[in-house]
Amino acid sequence: MIHLQNIRKRFRRPEGGWFDAVRDTSLSIAPGEVFGLIGFSGAGKSTLLRLINLLERPDAGAVIVDGQDLTSLAPRELRRARQNLGMVFQQFNLLANRTVADNVAFPLEIAGWSRADIEQRVAECLEVVGLQDRANHYPAQLSGGQKQRVGIARALAPRPKVILADEPTSALDPKTTQSILDCLKDINARFGVTVVIVTHEMHVVRSICHRAAVLDAGEVVEVVDVAEGQVDARSELARSLLEAA
Amino acid sequence: MEPITFASALANLSSMAPEIWQACRETALMLGIGLFTAILLGGPLGIILYLSQPGQLFANRVVNGVLGWLVNLVRSFPFIILMVSLVPLTRVLVGSTIGPIAAAVPLSFAAIPYFARLVEQTLREIPRGVVEAAEAMGASPLQIIVKVLLNEARSGLISSLTILTISFLSYSAVAGVVGGGGIGDLAIRYGYYRFQTDVMVAMVLLLVVIVQIIQFAGNRLAAHLDKR
Repeated sequence: MIHLQNIRKRFRRPEGGWFDAVRDTSLSIAPGEVFGLIGFSGAGKSTLLRLINLLERPDAGAVIVDGQDLTSLAPRELRRARQNLGMVFQQFNLLANRTVADNVAFPLEIAGWSRADIEQRVAECLEVVGLQDRANHYPAQLSGGQKQRVGIARALAPRPKVILADEPTSALDPKTTQSILDCLKDINARFGVTVVIVTHEMHVVRSICHRAAVLDAGEVVEVVDVAEGQVDARSELARSLLEAA
Repeated sequence: MEPITFASALANLSSMAPEIWQACRETALMLGIGLFTAILLGGPLGIILYLSQPGQLFANRVVNGVLGWLVNLVRSFPFIILMVSLVPLTRVLVGSTIGPIAAAVPLSFAAIPYFARLVEQTLREIPRGVVEAAEAMGASPLQIIVKVLLNEARSGLISSLTILTISFLSYSAVAGVVGGGGIGDLAIRYGYYRFQTDVMVAMVLLLVVIVQIIQFAGNRLAAHLDKR
């Protein structure tokens, strides 16, 4: 579903010089997989995720999603391709002046859906995340966990093949975290949506990922399999990360 | 000169009612044209100033630098000097340099950069992540501007417009001095030049009331639109 081929990304440091966020990294993520990107702060995991929908443009390499090299697309085509890639954020990034229902409707308006189709799809998605009764509330009236559910419903609305989740539970308490993870797991199981999730919390990897890439200093150290909560890690770093908690 | 009593002031003012009404209409006309131009031209200018900043959608150092410099340039003119320097332009545009429509030319000219800066600052308060979320959904630049930036900033934009209206109510009095007419002009002509203190006081009170109403309405509308 997603192939990153020899990706490089560097940022200019404010104090001068360059910072290599991602160095010559290749990664393949299968359709229907829940794939984790883990590592310490500054390892490049968020950058790697943002490279998948080209919120960051790679300095070199190809980003192939669903058979299409996104880096080769014209702006208009890229916008179309992005409608196939939902995104969920740590800080939710909801539109404060739109109701819950209108937030979920937003990507559908962008994609040019008809009013009737939007209404039906919004209702479906709110049901998936269990927020039917909050449709006419504004984000400010919701708890953190509810806001993230709106974020997930919004990402799910245009029937994407992939959902990219950037630390989706890092702003939430442990109990809410579990319910959000269950929600993502449910969506993956019911709709076969590929989920790529960035996290620094190891229990997140254990509880929902099928595989995870361990990143360090902009490189993939190891891709580990996660089965029934058991992690088969070989590298020192993967072990220290995954077996600590 | 006769001492002013409440009764004599009232009689004097009521005899001037048609002129006061005329002055109100002139002020409304000057403000209306000024605000309309400010929204029409200053609004987009403010959006461009915001979007061309480093880190924004259309980051462009040159565009941002040049526009910012121009905005500062016009804003550094004392209004009365700006008005006098624009006399030739006013004559070309309106065919005259007196009357409320002529006075609306320098008012508009000053209001454009003023409102542009207000819009720019208001837009800066929108979290970058919200714009990023829209980008990730495949929103076009126009969709981002209309559905994200303007909609998320709507309450702040109304507050900015309130500030602009009140500032330019005051500027319109200055414009009145050079033949623009309006409430401020009436206060100066009758109250100041002709020593009719009652007229001056009444006109200032009228302005006080108008400002209070504009501010009240602006606050109410802004609060109503703000769902954050």
